[in-house]
Amino acid sequence: MAGNPTLPFQRVPWMSFDYHLNIVASGLLTGLIYGLAALGLSVIFGVVRVVNFAHGEMMVAGMYGAVLLSGLAGLDPVLAAPLVAAVLFVFGWLLQRRLVNRFVERPEHMQFILLLGVATILLNALLLVFGPDSRSVQVPYGFDTVELGPLLLDEVRLRAGAAAIVVAAALFAFFRFSRTGKAIRACADNPLGARVVGLDIDRLYALTFGIGSAVVGIAGTLMVLLVDARPQLAPEYTLLSFIIVIVGGLGSLPGALLGGVLIGVSEALAGFLLTPSLKTLFSYLVLILVLLVRPQGLLGKRS
Amino acid sequence: MNARAAVLLALFAGALAVAPLVADRYVLSVLTTVLWFAYLGQAWNVMMGFAGLLSLGHALYVGLGAYVSAALFVHFGIGPWLGLWAAMLAAGAAGAFIGVLGFRFGVRGVHFALLTIAFSEVARISFDHMAWFGGSGGLFIPVAADGGDPLNLRGSPTLFYYVILVLALGALALARLLLHSRLGYRWLAIREDPEAAEAVGVDLFTARIAAVVVSAALTALGGVFQAFYFSSLFPEQVFSMGRSIEIILPAIIGGIGTVFGPVLGAVILTPLGEVLAWALEVSGLDLPGLKQLFYGVALVVIVVYRPDGVWPWLARRLGLGAGDR
Repeated sequence: MAGNPTLPFQRVPWMSFDYHLNIVASGLLTGLIYGLAALGLSVIFGVVRVVNFAHGEMMVAGMYGAVLLSGLAGLDPVLAAPLVAAVLFVFGWLLQRRLVNRFVERPEHMQFILLLGVATILLNALLLVFGPDSRSVQVPYGFDTVELGPLLLDEVRLRAGAAAIVVAAALFAFFRFSRTGKAIRACADNPLGARVVGLDIDRLYALTFGIGSAVVGIAGTLMVLLVDARPQLAPEYTLLSFIIVIVGGLGSLPGALLGGVLIGVSEALAGFLLTPSLKTLFSYLVLILVLLVRPQGLLGKRS
Repeated sequence: MNARAAVLLALFAGALAVAPLVADRYVLSVLTTVLWFAYLGQAWNVMMGFAGLLSLGHALYVGLGAYVSAALFVHFGIGPWLGLWAAMLAAGAAGAFIGVLGFRFGVRGVHFALLTIAFSEVARISFDHMAWFGGSGGLFIPVAADGGDPLNLRGSPTLFYYVILVLALGALALARLLLHSRLGYRWLAIREDPEAAEAVGVDLFTARIAAVVVSAALTALGGVFQAFYFSSLFPEQVFSMGRSIEIILPAIIGGIGTVFGPVLGAVILTPLGEVLAWALEVSGLDLPGLKQLFYGVALVVIVVYRPDGVWPWLARRLGLGAGDR
């Protein structure tokens, strides 16, 4: 992605195993955040069967949320995440309830076009409110590095990656163990059956859309530690989330995380070995390859 | 088409034909943009509206048409009247390639739409790095110093206006012709129910490939026009996702799958955008993104309240019979 932060040692002329290892580790940590964003998309698609074309816009909204809270209250983006998640949860809930719900039975392309419209509105609203210039957050550990064996990692990246793992684990636990999570999974497996046993599908759909939005909002607040917030990032993040979800397998949550890490690492390596501006190309080529060779994705099941 | 519709169409075409006599330079440029988007919407509609294939990467075909014809002219002095064939060939081949890849491997629905986006993004990044096409610095077609050279499509705004008017009316006629051809009926059958169409013997693969190739080649022609009308091409602009959305808007607003929908959509949308830009300028507000915001709202309002588009409704109001003609 164009907004990917520069990696440590990116321009060092000599190369050794350690440097490559560092690149891979950095890419992996960034990839965890990509994976978290893609998780949100995957959750929504897996249950509501609607592709959220406004996903990147929600992520950038999360980034700006962190920027605002950091500027107004001096809040660390990691601590701002729950607040941003709450706001985006409500947004996602309302979006599903008021707008998307009437499109659940409509043809696929109509849903697509509807969310394209929502994405256009969000993107330009962000542009109107915050302007085209990039905004960043300042954290006290912004320039610290952590030494782990042969690895030398940015502290921001380490914290963001760790937070992404925690949120992803919480999400997995929610779907596996909680009653509501199980109900949502029942909804995804068989909407008619779920209705027959008395589940309130509309409520569960709204809940799912809210959760997916909250998750991508958190991904945004973590991403702002690594990348400055700009409205123009939104379409890129939407496409990136799509790529990751398709590479990992639509509807597969572990697949989304795996896909995120894969794309993060391949981007980092491509940016290092080729020119940085070509690294997005690499992600698209991976997507085209996966669509052709294994359209259900790495961990997806053939429908 | 009943007599009333024929009269209205003749009046509409006649008014457009004499417009340059009364319109000033600005109005003419707006009309040119309207017709350009009407044309592109018509070309996109062949895929989505007729064959039910959602392409969200049509900027790819516009860009290929624009770049191929412009590069041939800049590097070899080959004029657009020859270059357009190469442009249509390149875009048609790209469309066939994407179609074959997609349909052979059963890439459908959302996945197919994403495949089209992926290819247009690949093109954007690739053209950014291709020096022969000017790279990210842009490709420029020299402006003729002496009043122009119509044979090389260098000339006054009026010349361009008539070129795009002929293109738009031609596309309208072609769309109508296609829709009532054997191929058109096959497309509609596939759009409505692929399994049923296949069961009665329609070859899905060839019919879908035909739709992509026809749509891509037509779109490329719009790209040739763009290259010579604006005389400058930048990959970031030409292949942008935003451009792909702009292309699909008129057809969606006017009515997907109708012949007059894309025209009506462009007639509604472009002037509204211009009015908005003018209002902003007059009020002295500098609000980037407001025009796009308006497009987004228009899109949502239309798909929620009038998912068939404005044209079928308007056609009924005007007493033109079924709106899908």
